[in-house]
Amino acid sequence: MHDQIVDIIIREVEEVNKKLPNRVPVELRNNAPLFGTDGALDSIGLVTLLVAIEQSVEDDFDSPLTLADERAMSQKNSPYQTIGTLAKYIESLLGGSHG
Amino acid sequence: MDNPQNLLITGTRKGIGKYLVEYYIEQGFRVIGCSRSAADYELEHYQHFCLDVSNEPAVKQMFFEIRKGYGGLHVLINNAGIASMNHVLSTPMKTVHNILNTNVAGTFLFCREAAKLMQIGQYGRIVNFSTVATPLQLEGEAVYAASKAAVFSLTQILARELSQFGITVNSVGPTPVATDLIRSVPKEKIDHLLARQAIPRLGTFEDIANVIDFFIQPKSEFITGQNIYLGGVS
Repeated sequence: MHDQIVDIIIREVEEVNKKLPNRVPVELRNNAPLFGTDGALDSIGLVTLLVAIEQSVEDDFDSPLTLADERAMSQKNSPYQTIGTLAKYIESLLGGSHG
Repeated sequence: MDNPQNLLITGTRKGIGKYLVEYYIEQGFRVIGCSRSAADYELEHYQHFCLDVSNEPAVKQMFFEIRKGYGGLHVLINNAGIASMNHVLSTPMKTVHNILNTNVAGTFLFCREAAKLMQIGQYGRIVNFSTVATPLQLEGEAVYAASKAAVFSLTQILARELSQFGITVNSVGPTPVATDLIRSVPKEKIDHLLARQAIPRLGTFEDIANVIDFFIQPKSEFITGQNIYLGGVS
């Protein structure tokens, strides 16, 4: 499931990359920084990406998903720091019904 | 309408919500509605969902189905609301939680999920419901008035956070209207309240729809974060 989620994230990041001055290096896959100290995304870029990923995951897994987390805007503990941490976070949310 | 817009209204089983469903279908919108219990009516171009507006999984499931079935959303009218007439000293906490859950959390949840669908098309109109009970500082309506003050605060800040997606967020503040919401309020209290309005009469469903019409028209794109009270209350 992890690889499938990473592929969805990369697909959506590539869309966002077209509009960003600093692109997210998707070729790093799991290690590509998204948000936080090394991330290319600002908070608006991040929420736009999250909505796109949320809808894409919903379509592929045919199940509603909410990407909302207390730590979202934290520079240190955000689950959105890298493509890998985001994929893990989504996996944990889907775990209940798709484990 | 050549390309009908999709319009979602909460609290549509009866009263103002039901009126707005019929009114906006007549205007050519595809209307989606919801309420805690089933609606006792069926209309062409209308789909009803049964849910509690503060139940996140149920609301999320509904928006998932709206996206799959309609592709997007243009207008949200957060009409669902509950009130409770009581003195502060005899108001149970359960009432406080219920009012805040439906009026504040429900409005927030619908705004959040609607905005996700609206940003797909970079267009959206959200109308929330405030009340004249807040500026009139109505005794006996402390929790209700406070919950609606919170709704207006949400309205103002969401207007700023969502403007970059082409979404406007405004609120309408009705005076008392002859609905279930005021059925339990004594007549003298209503008369006293009406006397404090610039135009001292009960509001009508048409009065409310008129303000909503203004907020949701495409050319109102420069109107956001605003509240309009009916009856000349300020």
